[in-house]
Amino acid sequence: MILVVAEQREGKLNRASWEAIAAAQQPGGELKVAVTGSGVSDVAAELAAAEASEVIVVDALALADYTADGYVTALAVLIEQERPAQVFFAHTYQTRDFAPALAARLGRALITDVTAIRNEASGTVYVRPVFQGKLNADVTAAGPAPHLITIQIGAYRADAARRGASAAPIRNAGIAVDASAIRQKPEAPFKEAKQAVDLSQAERIVAVGRGIKGQEHLKLVEDLARAMGAEIAASRPICDAGWLPMDRQIGSSGQTVAPKLYVALGISGAIQHLVGMKGARTIVAINKDPEAPIFEIADFGITGDLFEVVPAMIAELNK
Amino acid sequence: MKIAVCIKQVVTREWQLRVSEAKTWIRDQDASFELNEPDAYALEEALRLKEKHGGEVVVVSAGPARATQVLREALARGADRAIHVEADALAAADAFVVADALAGAIRDEGFDLVLTGLQSDDQGFGQVGVVLAEKLGMPHATIIMEVQADPSTGSGQAGLRVKRELEGGWFQWMTLPLPALLTIQSGINQLRYATLKGIMAAKKKEIRKVAPAGSATPAQNIAAVYFPEKGKKTQMLAGSPAEAAKALIQKLRDEARVIGH
Repeated sequence: MILVVAEQREGKLNRASWEAIAAAQQPGGELKVAVTGSGVSDVAAELAAAEASEVIVVDALALADYTADGYVTALAVLIEQERPAQVFFAHTYQTRDFAPALAARLGRALITDVTAIRNEASGTVYVRPVFQGKLNADVTAAGPAPHLITIQIGAYRADAARRGASAAPIRNAGIAVDASAIRQKPEAPFKEAKQAVDLSQAERIVAVGRGIKGQEHLKLVEDLARAMGAEIAASRPICDAGWLPMDRQIGSSGQTVAPKLYVALGISGAIQHLVGMKGARTIVAINKDPEAPIFEIADFGITGDLFEVVPAMIAELNK
Repeated sequence: MKIAVCIKQVVTREWQLRVSEAKTWIRDQDASFELNEPDAYALEEALRLKEKHGGEVVVVSAGPARATQVLREALARGADRAIHVEADALAAADAFVVADALAGAIRDEGFDLVLTGLQSDDQGFGQVGVVLAEKLGMPHATIIMEVQADPSTGSGQAGLRVKRELEGGWFQWMTLPLPALLTIQSGINQLRYATLKGIMAAKKKEIRKVAPAGSATPAQNIAAVYFPEKGKKTQMLAGSPAEAAKALIQKLRDEARVIGH
């Protein structure tokens, strides 16, 4: 049996949970879906649409706001009760916050950021990126079950998750969590007010990465964006350095975009960036490293020096 | 405040990766190495906390002999001393083994705060910090973008208030008691680089070598590493920069129809 731990915040299901369900349905065995929180019956009802043998609710007041301590305690009990062969999670920031502690407490393997799963005669092989996505690794889990697996966002399609003929039964696991044992005290989530630019509406985006080398070269990127009628965006290191404001950042910690055209200049294509832009219709990559992972998802690629190619593009556009 | 910073040595981003003969890791004998970038931000945060609150910054690395390079670099940037948990097998070890090696070196030092980078640029587990917290029995918080360490907050007990990054531009503050472990997000601060004075001073600082004390066995094994297959048919445009640029603009106009004439 595979147990999928779905994720909700303030009663809203994270869409990536459906991707984890799709991944868990692939081998075709028994599947259960669990959701943790307080007063999450609406989320449980939504999950009951999945083709699963049941939806298990871990409902406790102490779980109303997410904390690593609360989730580790509750899920350790749930996993010992249910004894699944594998536990699947979406590889979200929340999962990354508690799953390693859960695995350590249970003394069980945790394989993170998995993009594909192969069931072979010798056992299950998990594919995950290493070296910032430049290489893939085939990984096997060691030690007794259950093995904990986190599924990379976007690796499986949420709409590929099979729905059941009728709603799956919902059961409360009856797990109590002692609030006084939770050491993290969270405050309410908030958004930084300065988020002024909504890149999700842009038709064309010219995005820049480490290859730009210095803030003084951004003028070149602005010129290209103007010639193309595009918005400017960046990968994380450019915003970390303060060369462009944080609200221009594309990727898992920034905005997710799906423009008609995405031009990636000097961006190697670490997975944290790719998840924010791989939905673009046409992707152009210009990079001096022919092995850069960005070329794997590009429609058009130029291996070369952006300081030579971009001026030539601007000249061509202005002809 | 006595702070440990766990750092890792990784191959430089510019180094062209080559897969080893056994095809289970990279062939890094002739690689160049550097400090894992998120760990550099963790170190910087520790140095700033020390400047504000006093105390000591100790850098700890679990790796082969060559990892001394990044410990020396951290000492030159301002760390007070270093602990090197040295073993060749740690070069490509899994998160449980690395966390166990670090825990053995950290446990009896009585640190108030342990910092790690969010994840490594090579294995990218994103696990070592959180597993280490569990092994040390410390509360943790991850993907941290700001640290407020005011020993007077809370009900007499020393604590931290930290800003966590959530997804999609959301953030959240949380408090937790000390001792605690935080994993630091890149971009939390502006990095300093070693000065000549720092480099000279580092030569006199202690790097204590210890053998891994733990007995953790790997929880995962790499069967193979390989370059990913291209998922999409990428049209690579060759020629001089001018020729490639011309071909690209023509294709974007006439084939993809995503820019106007």
